[in-house]
Amino acid sequence: MEDSILVQGLCKKFDGFALKDVSFRVPQGRIVGFIGENGAGKSTTIRLILNQLKKDSGQIRLLGQDHTQPEVRAEIGVAFDSCNFHEVFTALDVERMLSSLYPHWDKTLYRQYLRRFSIPEKQKIGSFSKGMKMKLSIVSAMAHRPKLLILDESTTGLDPVVRDEILDLFLEFIQEEDRSIFFSSHITSDIEKIADYVVLIHQGRIVFDEEKDNLLYRYGILKCGKERFSALDVKDYLVHRSTKVCEECLVRDKEAIGRKYRELVVDNAGLEDIMLFYAKGESSWAD
Amino acid sequence: MEIIISNSSGKPIYEQIASQIKCQIMEGKLSPGESLPSMRGLAKDLHISVITVQRAYEDLTRDGFIETVSGKGSFVSGQNQEFIREERLRAAEELLQKVAEIGRANGIGYPQMAEILRLFYED
Repeated sequence: MEDSILVQGLCKKFDGFALKDVSFRVPQGRIVGFIGENGAGKSTTIRLILNQLKKDSGQIRLLGQDHTQPEVRAEIGVAFDSCNFHEVFTALDVERMLSSLYPHWDKTLYRQYLRRFSIPEKQKIGSFSKGMKMKLSIVSAMAHRPKLLILDESTTGLDPVVRDEILDLFLEFIQEEDRSIFFSSHITSDIEKIADYVVLIHQGRIVFDEEKDNLLYRYGILKCGKERFSALDVKDYLVHRSTKVCEECLVRDKEAIGRKYRELVVDNAGLEDIMLFYAKGESSWAD
Repeated sequence: MEIIISNSSGKPIYEQIASQIKCQIMEGKLSPGESLPSMRGLAKDLHISVITVQRAYEDLTRDGFIETVSGKGSFVSGQNQEFIREERLRAAEELLQKVAEIGRANGIGYPQMAEILRLFYED
């Protein structure tokens, strides 16, 4: 199957921060969650994909074409963590503007979305609540029926009820098999629910690009005392962190580790735990 | 079709889906030829990822409970009677194996166990 996003060996250097050899893919028909702490490189990666920043090296393909091709933009919907429309505009002004940019703009669909999310058509965006603004920027990214939706922290500022509505919208969008979603969020529970794959970025490098179910059902947290920890085989864990009272290790296969160390506690690991381990822990592998 | 997912059961969601559909087929609540919800549709209704449902459907296909016709969707398999029997036999074998282990570990001989089983059968 074709990849909707294919990133290979992407590099970009700034003063004091660099993306190093970033590679991952978003297969067609899938939802891929992009996680990492603030400053890990999520937004930079997305801006590079969208060609809003120039890459130093590497390859980026969107829907089978090079990402610098102008035609590809008509097939992509994009929303960011804040609403980029001018405060004096109304939702209908946004429509006038975007429908002239996108030949496939679906007026009926856009009006349906506005009603569904109770977004007023004729009120100035400046008077909208933050949640309302975010909803508008998401639905306005979807009304030209794109094949690929790229969202950067677009659900972060929303309350749980609205986030749930948005997740519904995403799952609806993906009912057609040739569509895909790539969305970054540090609210890992959203990704835990609906993503098929998870890409974790840390300090400008991709830590993994894995099927979500594998992460949730296979990764685990091994806990033990300091003395016991020093006797562990370093190959048995990925990352470790210390607290005052115990040592915790992220392990790739909790069942195998549970069998090997029967006397030790092995807990389930959620996406948030996994992200925290990489953000705060010390890896057993040398960089 | 009813599917009830527990997030606190510790059992992977794809296993929960597969075993509940299996159960409904074995109990005759889903009959041969009946169509199942589309993978994407079920993912949407359960608020889970498509791949999770896909994995459940793949397991069910592998075990012969359902068939997937590309472009048309998934259906309850026609010849599942045989599979149901196989499945139950396997479950029974597992229990009998436990019986044998208990027997061996506690010095209860085969004739005595067999006698108990015979009595249960005559019940």
